[in-house]
Amino acid sequence: MPQQTITFEPDDKYNAFLTVCNKPSHASGKLAGVAVAVKDNISTLGIETTCASKILKGYIPPYDAHVVGLLKQAGAAIAGKTNMDEFGMGTTTENSAFGPTLNPCDTGRVPGGSSGGSAAAVAAGMVKMALGTDTGGSIRCPAAFCGIVGLKPTYGRVSRYGLIAYANSLEQIGPMGKTVSDVSTLMSVIAGYDRHDSTSQNKPYDHIPRADIKGLKIGIPKEYFGKGVDPQVAAVVKKAIGRLEELGASTVTCSIPSMEYALAAYYVTCTCEASSNLARFDGVRYGPAADTKKSWHDAFQEVRSTAFGTEVRRRIMLGTFALSSGYYGKYYAKAQVARENVRADFQRIFKDVDVIAGPTMPTIAFRLKEKSDPLSMYLADILTVPANLAGVPAISVPCGKSEGMPVGLQIIGRHFEDERVVDVAYAYEQAVN
Amino acid sequence: MVTENDVQHIAELADVGIGKEELGDFTHQFNAILEYFDTLDRVEGQGAAARDLYNVLREDEVEPSLPQEEVLRNAPAQEDGFIKAPRVM
Amino acid sequence: MADEETQVIVGLEVHCQLDTKSKLFCGCSTDYRSDGPNTHVCPICLGLPGAMPALNKRAIEYAMKVAKALNCEIVNESEFSRKNYFYPDLDKAYQITQYDKPLAEGGYLEIESDAGREKKVRLTRIHVEEDPGRLVHMGNVERGKYSLVDYNRAGIPLIEIVSEPDMRSPKEARKFLNKLRATLEYLSVFDSEKEGSLRVDANISIKGHERVEVKNITSYKGVEKALTFEVTRQKNLIRRGQKIERETRHFLEGRGVTQSARSKEQEHDYRYFPEPDLRPLRVKSWVDGIVLPELPDARRERFMAQYGCSLNHARTLTGDLKLANFFEKVVASDPKGLAPLASTWIADTLIGELNYRDMGLDPVEPESVAALIRLLKAGTITDKSGVEVLRVMLDQRLKNEKVETPDAIVARLGLTKTAGDTGVIAAAIEEAIRENPKALEDYKNGEGKALNFLVGQVMKKTRGKADPAELNRMLTEALKQKEA
Repeated sequence: MPQQTITFEPDDKYNAFLTVCNKPSHASGKLAGVAVAVKDNISTLGIETTCASKILKGYIPPYDAHVVGLLKQAGAAIAGKTNMDEFGMGTTTENSAFGPTLNPCDTGRVPGGSSGGSAAAVAAGMVKMALGTDTGGSIRCPAAFCGIVGLKPTYGRVSRYGLIAYANSLEQIGPMGKTVSDVSTLMSVIAGYDRHDSTSQNKPYDHIPRADIKGLKIGIPKEYFGKGVDPQVAAVVKKAIGRLEELGASTVTCSIPSMEYALAAYYVTCTCEASSNLARFDGVRYGPAADTKKSWHDAFQEVRSTAFGTEVRRRIMLGTFALSSGYYGKYYAKAQVARENVRADFQRIFKDVDVIAGPTMPTIAFRLKEKSDPLSMYLADILTVPANLAGVPAISVPCGKSEGMPVGLQIIGRHFEDERVVDVAYAYEQAVN
Repeated sequence: MVTENDVQHIAELADVGIGKEELGDFTHQFNAILEYFDTLDRVEGQGAAARDLYNVLREDEVEPSLPQEEVLRNAPAQEDGFIKAPRVM
Repeated sequence: MADEETQVIVGLEVHCQLDTKSKLFCGCSTDYRSDGPNTHVCPICLGLPGAMPALNKRAIEYAMKVAKALNCEIVNESEFSRKNYFYPDLDKAYQITQYDKPLAEGGYLEIESDAGREKKVRLTRIHVEEDPGRLVHMGNVERGKYSLVDYNRAGIPLIEIVSEPDMRSPKEARKFLNKLRATLEYLSVFDSEKEGSLRVDANISIKGHERVEVKNITSYKGVEKALTFEVTRQKNLIRRGQKIERETRHFLEGRGVTQSARSKEQEHDYRYFPEPDLRPLRVKSWVDGIVLPELPDARRERFMAQYGCSLNHARTLTGDLKLANFFEKVVASDPKGLAPLASTWIADTLIGELNYRDMGLDPVEPESVAALIRLLKAGTITDKSGVEVLRVMLDQRLKNEKVETPDAIVARLGLTKTAGDTGVIAAAIEEAIRENPKALEDYKNGEGKALNFLVGQVMKKTRGKADPAELNRMLTEALKQKEA
């Protein structure tokens, strides 16, 4: 492939990037010469990949994630690696070992997380498109907080090979951009079957967004507008949904009873899987050196206690506890039953409606350091985790402001109807612009 | 309810280590979260239904391995092509 | 029947490497033994962050073949699980194995019990899992101890076969292992000659007492040795009125003893959960399509029926795939004619000579053994000469010299039986009697041993070429004449 290079010298006032590639090369193709930022938990051959953690500082992957290969094949120029909450664990990007990313809309506030760096890079206009990952809302939350578009694809639609795992059964790599069109274009490049990912489905995405939503049936879950959701945010979103009705859609209220325990199911599942996924970081094959003069148990503990941040250690311990002898039935097994109920709730609702609409986040972006208590941080994910538990596609599109900060409209669809979800967002976006 | 001792033990089981200064707060937060997890006790249902994806298998074909230098490149300590690790006994 | 008080109870967990071309979850070649460390490794088997497993179809097919051959039931839905623990040779800090939904359950393997009868050793389950890497312990107390790790072995497919505690002695355990090994070889899923391809964990108890686990025995002989040592150790403790600790022990091959494994973690909490990166298997329907080759028991029956082998010979010959194939090649040109002698000569003599030289069967040409059998059958040489010819051929092979044909050796060493040449024998007899007057005296006094002595002397003189029956007859004749 004949290679050209572009020059990429962003003015990164927000600490969006952990690594910048000043002269990325690129081939020809659909994304020829487009600078794309890649979240730093996605492996990039020859480019440091840290997951915003000290335990991977200096780690240079000897291989590209599948989606990175696809980006390169489409002619994209890898602009750099973006900041995130350490290993994807967080809702604000404050859990990065290399400093938080600031929200370009208000640098006193967080950009959301865990794909805060990617969102800020797009929102600030440093790049047109970025890859993020979404385990419990980590694409949609920063998209909402920064006022950009972010899509969490149907589980299995985008290969996870090369994504440094946090919670395998929940996460997906997804596109982020200023416009729905850009997000859709990026999705068309990264979606599709990968034989290296055994959970990958053969469902390529070849779609040009369409603004026609006449006859669309939208479900409005009462749980998405209940207590815990800021009334101003709820009002902005309700107004946006009203716009969709003007475009020819109809709405009906519905209920997702399993929301009651969805968040618990999410946190049990992700901490259990994470406790196992992160056990390999011991300073032997990569990472900060384990002291080979010590005994292995002592050496490993030393590496892991100093190089993992507090939230990461907390989640590893929660997961270790939940999987430990005698607790499997109470926690992990129960969480999978809960997931099935969430899935069943969605399936039931989708018999009568085509998509579900509501706020992406219960509030606008928090101030930096506002959320210090872990549990209250976890509760912020309440509106985003159901889509991950069920594996359905969900998009966040900017739909107005509250207290001067962006508010996100979330559209959730049936399995493998990412195209429809994109269309609804597109219809809204086109109508208001 | 877990005690500080329990939290200490879990930290050892997970090889993550927890400082004495952190132990108190950690235990407190841990308990709050576990209490939240107890919402799952109310869950009723059958569990995972049949999915559509089974028997995902690959043919027994050899593909190139990484060159030894690539395998060793990120390892902080090595000797004669082996990766060096702390002693086990 | 063992004494109730000291009845030995043994169960085995056998891990065998499946002979696939690529590893269980990645495309790295499994042919690593002659290459340098960390040369058969990729992001997947190295456990690099972000890498994901992709299951090898042939490994499952092989495991199902084994399950079918061992009369197991393939489960409707099986899945892989993570077994989480920290160890430098386990690069993901978890092993992908099968926990509560193994590939197959039940089944049995028939062995010859201590009492001499056929006995079924029941199986609990069979499952598939990946091998960890290989640890080399280095250093010393002065320089500091450390470990070196080679991940070439990480990800090699293993089949784990778990037996019920149905064995009643170390010997039965050895027989189980041999039968299992042979069966796996017959199925072409396992190469027993590859170093480290088989590992055994044994559980042993004396009835009424705690169970002891002996882990990671890596040789067939080692299993019987380890268990024999354990039986003695445990019986001694019981005799002294001491308690047997429920524990894990290691077998020290060199010293032939087991030693308590002083591990810091008493009971591992493996925190099993289903592997989220792999999908479940529904392969029960594949069983019908599996065609099993002729297995050891069937082949044994056939050898008895087709070649007239005795039960013992048939058992020995079919107990090893290469040996069984070798035998059939040797007798192929004339089964009826060659089989009787070939049976004994291969099962008894050849095996003995090979063991003595620490030689395998591979370098031996079936045709050379067939030619030897023909000479023996024709009466051209004596049995003693036959052994001599065999030894010459094997030694030549061992020293990488040109291996002569049996005919050439016989000609060169002048080993043709002197059955027809009674003159030579008669002369040797006269000489022997003349040189050993005491023997003649003893014979005259009724000492039977004197005859044997003289036979030996004549044999020496005729360099083993005299036909024993002929020699005996003539010597006895000659001695009788002397008596008169």
